[in-house]
Amino acid sequence: MSQTTETSADESAPTPGTGIDVTHLSALARLAIDAKTASAAAADLESIVNLIDAMRSVNTDGVEPLSHPLDGVARLRADQVTENPDPKHFQRNAPATSDAYYLVPRVVE
Amino acid sequence: MTELHSLRDMSLALAQGKVSSVELTQEHLVRVKTLDASLNSFITLTEDEALAHAAAADGLRAKGDSRPTLGLPMAHKDIFCTNGVLTTAGSKMLSNFVAPYDATVVSKFADAGMVSIGKTNMDEFAMGSSNETSYFGAVANPWDVTRVPGGSSGGSAAAVAAGLVAGATGTDTGGSIRQPAALCGITGLKPTYGRVSRFGMIAFASSLDQAGPMTRDAEDAALMLSVMAGFDAKDSTSANRDDAWLNAIIHGGIADLDRPLVIGLPDQYYENGSNQASIDLARQELEQLGHSFKRVSLPHTDAAIPVYYVLASAEASTNLSRYDGVRFGHRCDNPTSLQDLYERSREEGFGAEVKRRILTGTYTLSVGYFDAYYLKAQKIRRLIAQDFDTAFAEVDLLLTPTSPTPAFKQGPLNDDPVAM
Repeated sequence: MSQTTETSADESAPTPGTGIDVTHLSALARLAIDAKTASAAAADLESIVNLIDAMRSVNTDGVEPLSHPLDGVARLRADQVTENPDPKHFQRNAPATSDAYYLVPRVVE
Repeated sequence: MTELHSLRDMSLALAQGKVSSVELTQEHLVRVKTLDASLNSFITLTEDEALAHAAAADGLRAKGDSRPTLGLPMAHKDIFCTNGVLTTAGSKMLSNFVAPYDATVVSKFADAGMVSIGKTNMDEFAMGSSNETSYFGAVANPWDVTRVPGGSSGGSAAAVAAGLVAGATGTDTGGSIRQPAALCGITGLKPTYGRVSRFGMIAFASSLDQAGPMTRDAEDAALMLSVMAGFDAKDSTSANRDDAWLNAIIHGGIADLDRPLVIGLPDQYYENGSNQASIDLARQELEQLGHSFKRVSLPHTDAAIPVYYVLASAEASTNLSRYDGVRFGHRCDNPTSLQDLYERSREEGFGAEVKRRILTGTYTLSVGYFDAYYLKAQKIRRLIAQDFDTAFAEVDLLLTPTSPTPAFKQGPLNDDPVAM
């Protein structure tokens, strides 16, 4: 993929798609992964990165990012309580609870 | 029900007292039970609730309520939260999740008196173009059950195409209403972002997700859009616009055009061997109606898919971080630590395509790559938006193929992460 038209600060970015550390990425994404899955996932990710690298040839000098299709300012509202949720109602979907708490394995011994 | 194909047909029959909502709803339920075994377009059928709502609609009609939407059966994509009803997003992660509240879209249809008969199948977390990534099994295309219905709103598309319901909701992030509608030969509409509330719609990529109608024709799509669209204070990206024309559609249908249209044909959309004969037929029909055509250019079209993939995966990896096995959703057995609980619950709860997108998003958002991918994609998104602004300064609308091919066979594209 030609990068000759790319003159912005993006040039200093690392070369993508090479030696993707899927074990590290999985840890960041909190996904357990075994060695076999990791090697397949690395191959998938490399082909995805090849696909998305096509956009590196587009000249974006002086273009402002568009983070949102409406490109507007977030709407604000008065800082007032509008809902009175019942915790018990929402806890019906929880795997393990005790009173108002959600139970997880012990974090501090 | 053979003579009642569209929502409008049913609305008229209800108004004339030829059929009751309970009768219509029963016929729909029987049809699903009889025909859906070969399609798998529904995940959940809410028979008791549907019949109760239909009876309530008949009660209102007896007291003089004459709203055109009252008592019309429909279905919701299983991405919309439905209070007290299983809401799975096609995922093992949410296979036990009973939503504690209604999405705004669901409330609006209920308030209009429409009767939901159940929840339709979909690609897991709306990630897919073939409806083969659902934890609840693939959906078949009713025109040829060896072919896919498209995705991710493939259950809604197949259900409407098979006449199980005349209208269903869908959601579209990168084509998930439009593509399955095309592959099943029905009408699908992705409204302008902000037009339909996202409150209670399970998030995939928040800057792109938008809900819309899937129906048998444009007039039914307008009827459904008029119910589901509108400002919602509960959605921070809901657009506050004049909705008078939407309300007018409910009673008057689609207004006649006051002038012929100039229709744009983007060069880049006709380069990849699409079925030109089908497009030509549509063009001829539009020309006979008095409309004219003009070639336009959308020069950044090639970048659209990479940009979509970067933005959607980045937002998905962020949105799906909420599924942690703690407050709701799948939890692994016997976690040894909090970290183990997170990692195994997510590994077991998510399917392969979802994990692929989470890892892609995690990669493009990670230190050192953010500017090269996420920020770069957002800049190109502005260029793409400017392409459309330029085109729409010259034309009223664009005519394009929705998909480069008709419905493809189930199976072969599954192993290639970029083929679809």
